[in-house]
Amino acid sequence: MERVAVVGIGQTKYEKGKTKNFAELSYEATRKALDDAGIELSDIDNVVTTTNDFFDGRTIACMAVAEAAGSYGRDATNVEGDGTLSAFYGLMRTLSGVYGTTMVSAHCKVSEGSPRKIVNQAFDPIYDRLLGMDAISSSALQARAYMQRFGITEEQCARVSVKNHGNARNNPYAHVPLDITVDDVMRSPMLAEPIKRLDTSPISDGACAIILATEERARRAARKPVWIRGVAHCADAYRLGERDLAWSQPLETAARKAYRMAGISHPSREIDVAEVYDAFSYMELMWYEGLGFCDRGEGGRLIDSGVTQMGGKLPVNPSGGVLSAHSVQVAGLARIAEAVLQLRGEAGKRQVPGARVALAHGTGGICAQTHCVWVLSN
Amino acid sequence: MKDQAANRQDELLEISSGKAEHVYYWHCGHYISPFFMGLRDKKTILGIRCSHCGRVYVPPREVCGRCFKTMHDWVDLGSEGSIYAFTVVKLPYIDPNTGKPIKVPRTDIYVKLDGADTCLMHWLDESDETKITVGARVRAVFKEQRRGTIHDIECFTQI
Amino acid sequence: MGTRTAIVGVGQTHHTSKRKDVNGQELISEAVKRALQDAALELKDIDAIVIGNMDHFEAINNVDCWSIDGSGAFMKPIMKVTTGGSTGGTLGSCAYYHVASGLFDVVMAIGWEKNSESDTQAAISTCADPIVERDFFGGAIGPNAAEYAMYMEQFGATQEDAALVAVRDHNNALRNPHAHLRKFITVEDVMKSPVLCWPIKLLDSCPRSDGACAVIYASETTAPKITPNPAWVHATAVSHDYVYFGDYDWEMMPTLRTTVDRVYGRAGITDPLKDVDVMELYLPFSTCGVVWMDHMHMCSLGDAPKLIRKGVFDMNGELPINPSGGVLSTNPIGATGLIRLGEAALQVMGRAGERQVGDVRTALATAFGSCYWFEATVLRSTKP
Repeated sequence: MERVAVVGIGQTKYEKGKTKNFAELSYEATRKALDDAGIELSDIDNVVTTTNDFFDGRTIACMAVAEAAGSYGRDATNVEGDGTLSAFYGLMRTLSGVYGTTMVSAHCKVSEGSPRKIVNQAFDPIYDRLLGMDAISSSALQARAYMQRFGITEEQCARVSVKNHGNARNNPYAHVPLDITVDDVMRSPMLAEPIKRLDTSPISDGACAIILATEERARRAARKPVWIRGVAHCADAYRLGERDLAWSQPLETAARKAYRMAGISHPSREIDVAEVYDAFSYMELMWYEGLGFCDRGEGGRLIDSGVTQMGGKLPVNPSGGVLSAHSVQVAGLARIAEAVLQLRGEAGKRQVPGARVALAHGTGGICAQTHCVWVLSN
Repeated sequence: MKDQAANRQDELLEISSGKAEHVYYWHCGHYISPFFMGLRDKKTILGIRCSHCGRVYVPPREVCGRCFKTMHDWVDLGSEGSIYAFTVVKLPYIDPNTGKPIKVPRTDIYVKLDGADTCLMHWLDESDETKITVGARVRAVFKEQRRGTIHDIECFTQI
Repeated sequence: MGTRTAIVGVGQTHHTSKRKDVNGQELISEAVKRALQDAALELKDIDAIVIGNMDHFEAINNVDCWSIDGSGAFMKPIMKVTTGGSTGGTLGSCAYYHVASGLFDVVMAIGWEKNSESDTQAAISTCADPIVERDFFGGAIGPNAAEYAMYMEQFGATQEDAALVAVRDHNNALRNPHAHLRKFITVEDVMKSPVLCWPIKLLDSCPRSDGACAVIYASETTAPKITPNPAWVHATAVSHDYVYFGDYDWEMMPTLRTTVDRVYGRAGITDPLKDVDVMELYLPFSTCGVVWMDHMHMCSLGDAPKLIRKGVFDMNGELPINPSGGVLSTNPIGATGLIRLGEAALQVMGRAGERQVGDVRTALATAFGSCYWFEATVLRSTKP
């Protein structure tokens, strides 16, 4: 793969009930990304937006943000899915030789619709949807399957929540920074056994944008480029009954391919910091395993060991992760933006000292049916 | 058994998604909100001018897509303009807001308000296409009771 | 420089107003199987899949995830792209960029729609900004009707001119076994059909169909191994300039002009009438087949009716448009733009059967949707 860099990033603060509309929110992120890169819109060759018609409550939701994302006068397109996939499409367009720079943006105002109903619409309309499944109830099934298979405890899941909400205190963009204990998580209201309120991610509104550039065009940007070393994604079966809920093969497959592209053979030793899509606390433990940070079934022991804490050998989610700000299709793109900040050494109080290789991860679908893994380096 | 299987093939079933409402609460944002307040409180239509290229947009918005600059220069466009384009809708379809068929005939128009570079969409109180011409002068008819929505304008009428 | 890329296989379902015999996944699977068969490939040969439709027609969130049983993306990369009516064009471009990036070798694009599962016009009307424009937007037909009313006023075009386009596309469909509407019609039939949105009448208008289409793209190393006559992608272009319908400048059709200018420029086309052998255009209404010809540089402004009356765009004319019967005869929305690409590729590959237009070296396919957004692709029998 030829060298492509992330040369600019922009994020809004993530919070509930933002008063800006879709375009205003999106513009805040794209403007920040341009200013961050020290370039103007005229330097952007094409645009990839990220929308979801269900969350936005309109069809062709990308219409609302076309202007705000910089589409006027240039080739533009739109991905519906996690922001890691739109960034992947942006990377492919940049690699095609047709465009030298690509603006990738994502926005979501989860608070304007009914998220439980919207996630319910991802279930098969003629089978599971009628059973009223949603993100929490389906994830609870997955959590139970995973915990039972490998002897993971509720306390170990709670530790993820304590770590990430605690890390969020260092991130000015995070929605829910909290100073909590394992006991607080365990005593929070049970939503769907074994998932408790503090094991879940919040309903957040927000936007994020990143700018990709070929090596030649990256030289014109003000920032030190962060290079994309490997990217891959992969999908599992649709129906929960057809999947191994306790182990994500597509994650391992995507990770291995991304590592191969990046020349990484020992991920836990070679990766300095990771931003993963922890929509629920148990997920982060499962992703440790799929990403090869530990052996299968060892996710609980890894969190117990402190390796993934700030100050550990492989800090995971210094930003506070998705548990602390969940603006759905924005969340994966935010993971990339956070990885870029780490590699530039500009992550402020959440900086992992000397980070040289970072991983960003996004998921899509019910119980993370699809995974996308990014490896970046400075 | 054989007959039962044949019956199953004959019956291709369909299910409905039900009547559950799925309500959204959209924020109008920092540019459409003043636009609606203009309709509600002053019976006037507000646009916004790009100080860079001079283009006047209605409905107002934050960014000029061409210059990619934030706009600050509000313009009072009043309530008159001319018909840029029109159509008389004769095919009733389901109104997504109510779930019921729309009332036809209904005339949708694009009004180029005096002083604006883009058009505002609304209705015209005339459904005979032979009595409507592109370029005809029109004026907004405001409702007595106004709530801060686009329907604070009842419709447009030819002057 | 990216990897040179070609279309090597095309599969379509039969399209009709209501495919009650299959659910969405089964409909998709039908197109996928036919595309694989057309390219003599197996699912294991496909490295990545892109899929698209318009969400609110079927109310299925995360269609990429849901589609797996039909799309065959189990343990493969799959991505969803969508841009409204132009989705099919967006899909083709997405598959093209997958291969052109050098990251994937063989990629399948799938477009599909089961329009029969909801009220199409109501679902489309929610694309207009919900707080300012939605209630005044007469579905997809409104703006196009207004556009032709204006064109007639400006240039003296007539409703009969549009009817000629309807007759051409509908009667071309008689040669296409996949087409949804296959009925011989005359100008008189069009003029007597009920008015939907003045001046657009029923036979000027596209139907709503259930259907799916799959198109396979391959790299320059693999494409020649799959077929001796691949359809090489020479250029794609897009213009998504507008947000509000009221923003659009209908006199100059800037997004159509920008798109064709860009794609002609990238593919080295200077005179489309002479340089292009066949076009598959996304013309949702016959009226667009008049107005848009001007802006595609077929003639000077206002002259399109003259070319249409002379039969320049008929099957035996100088530049045949829509040998497949076009959108007026078949319209499963998320697939419609991809069908244009598939049909254009079949023409270049010389595999369009009864609807083949002689020896095609250059073909153009377009897609249209949303807020007057356009997409275009140039395919050729020769490598770029």
